[in-house]
Amino acid sequence: MSERVESVQPRGGTVLRGGTVIDVAGERRVDVRLVDGRIAETGDLPADGDAEVIDVTGLVVAPGFVDLHTHLREPGMTEAETIETGSRAAALGGYTAVVAMPNTDPTQDCVSVVEFVRSQGRSAGLCDVHPSGSITVGRAGEQLTPFAELASVGVHLFTDDGSGVQDDGLMRRALEYAGELGLVLAQHCEVSSMTTGAVMHEGECCSHLGLPGWPALAEELMVHRDIELVRLTGAPVHLLHLSTARSVALVRAAKADGLPVTAEATPHHISLTDERLGSFDPLFKVNPPLRTMADVEAVRDGLVDGTIDAIATDHAPHPPQAKERPLDAAPPGMLGLETAFGVARAHLDLELRELIGLMSWRPAAIAGLADRHGRPVEAGEPANLAVLDPDGRWTVDPGRLASRSTNTPFTDVPLVGRTRHTFLHGVAVVRDGVATR
Amino acid sequence: MMDTRRHLRGIGDLDRAALERLLDLTDHMAEVGRRANPKVPALRGRTMCNLFFEDSTRTRMSFDTAAKRLSADTMTLAVGSSSVNKGESLRDTVETLGAMGVDAFVVRHRSSGVPWRIAEWTEASVINAGDGWHQHPTQALLDLYTIRSERARRLGEDAGFEGLRVGVIGDIRHSRVARSLTEALGLLGAVVVHIGPRTLMPPTPLARSTDDLDGELEDLDVVYLLRMQNERMDAALIPSGEEYTRRFALDPQRAGRLGEHVLVMHPGPMNRGVEITVDPTTLPGAVVTTQVTNGIAARMAVLFDLLGGVETEVSA
Repeated sequence: MSERVESVQPRGGTVLRGGTVIDVAGERRVDVRLVDGRIAETGDLPADGDAEVIDVTGLVVAPGFVDLHTHLREPGMTEAETIETGSRAAALGGYTAVVAMPNTDPTQDCVSVVEFVRSQGRSAGLCDVHPSGSITVGRAGEQLTPFAELASVGVHLFTDDGSGVQDDGLMRRALEYAGELGLVLAQHCEVSSMTTGAVMHEGECCSHLGLPGWPALAEELMVHRDIELVRLTGAPVHLLHLSTARSVALVRAAKADGLPVTAEATPHHISLTDERLGSFDPLFKVNPPLRTMADVEAVRDGLVDGTIDAIATDHAPHPPQAKERPLDAAPPGMLGLETAFGVARAHLDLELRELIGLMSWRPAAIAGLADRHGRPVEAGEPANLAVLDPDGRWTVDPGRLASRSTNTPFTDVPLVGRTRHTFLHGVAVVRDGVATR
Repeated sequence: MMDTRRHLRGIGDLDRAALERLLDLTDHMAEVGRRANPKVPALRGRTMCNLFFEDSTRTRMSFDTAAKRLSADTMTLAVGSSSVNKGESLRDTVETLGAMGVDAFVVRHRSSGVPWRIAEWTEASVINAGDGWHQHPTQALLDLYTIRSERARRLGEDAGFEGLRVGVIGDIRHSRVARSLTEALGLLGAVVVHIGPRTLMPPTPLARSTDDLDGELEDLDVVYLLRMQNERMDAALIPSGEEYTRRFALDPQRAGRLGEHVLVMHPGPMNRGVEITVDPTTLPGAVVTTQVTNGIAARMAVLFDLLGGVETEVSA
């Protein structure tokens, strides 16, 4: 399906000169010419009067990032974010595709809402917006959404994210039904009967602060259940935002058994701990909650050793007034799109190519987008690219984010690595760190 | 400009010296309270604003009386269960009231941490009058003062807190009183044991916890009973009120095993027949009404400590 954005380019296209290409094939010093939304050629490209030349010396040219977990809030919560503002944030973060989570209002559980989200994304033209669908109608956990009908309009990933599917029998049937259609169910792992009223990770810190706790076990029980359902049904499951050491260990064991289980982790779960809640600032409230340092290290290890397949943002905008409520009444969630690469680069001891893989071709495969995103940077491929300054140090100013909301928890975290340019179907949607539309 | 305000949001705002200074100051304030005219001009021109997002007539009256005895002006915003209680306009409320010239906000809220948030939105000092399950520092202060003064009166000298054995009995998990008291007693070197079923014990390095009340009873210098709330039964934290009473109430048999010097305390209001089945007026060690009286002096001490500048002094 074509989602090409109209572009006005010189006949010789755009040449990215002087950079280092990093993609699934490896790392090499080549120039890249983009023409009509595709990569026309790579190599040592001589000066050419009819091309726009962008000097990318010292920068990395990579396939654009793919976010498996973005809350764009439209329809229904446009005071927090719109598909346009969220897409702009994505482009600035180096993303050329995002999977839009279905917990909108109305829910993305039918063709009309899914098509609305897709068309809003297309008209914003900043990033490919791929709607996911909910597993159950209205995310109510009772009745399955029409998987096949939604699949026919391009939906590949289904999730009730925001809450987990509590009913074991229903989850089994959902896997059996979706599995034979070649679809992927993604789970928000949380046994809700263990997290009633929970505000933060259950532990000594939470006990000291007098807050209701969210035990690690509430996640791990559902991770375990879903792994066993995968074993039973053979259908794939993608586990969203893993946050605990034991969850990582369970997924590692499942993969060793050869089960079709994939998992993601967020930038905040590899950089922040539950002690941040000591300020009682709802900026640090998120679901699943920030955990202990031991959990943070285990999640990092999981990303480094391949147990966890992708870094996903769980970008969750909320307007300032919502985050000025008392901690227990404030909604959970953090911004992530514009800071993900900088946080991940600063907190993971990984080769740059491995990191880009966690943010690009590996999530693209899970999202069913491997034909369009995360592609090799080679002639004939779609020109969905991020040009990265891999070692640029910066700090985030919430007032200057493209997102409509400002709820970033990273204002005092030193970030390493930033997006300089983003190309979507050959069009520079970000130039020199500024969105062009 | 440097932020020179001080707050009493939790016991964590104090170190041992500051806590001891407040106890000494409470002693002075108790003396003021015993005068024929228990009023001093120490805080004339200062304004204290009660910001009570949760009903608490007793605590509010105690703060009001404390402020009046120090000649401070008082304002009160009592918000029952309106939208503000859900916190939508918490910041607006604080900024509006702050614009009226408030020197100290006294804050009570059902949500843990609200005094910390308010301190970020106002120029005034913030005194926590109870936040969620978290902290209630003036209650801890009045309890410590009660322990210190009653032990001095009964044992003849100020024995201090070092090694004092305090049993806090009941629903520790949901108790801001227990959190503040445990932390404050620890600062002064007392040994705290939390007594109750494991479902009501939060993990903490500050106290040992046990469900064996009868095994602990004879080793205690202070028995501190907490209020047991009915909603805990609904959440399946304990099977029934009757079972709780059987295992953890101060009943006549247990009261009879207490040493003569042992103080029996309760933050009120007491659930007779639940956490206590003996008439407290028959117990020589019961100091529950003394706690209430001392509450005014302790709150006077806190207000004076935070708002009394160099130009003010406690004098008749």
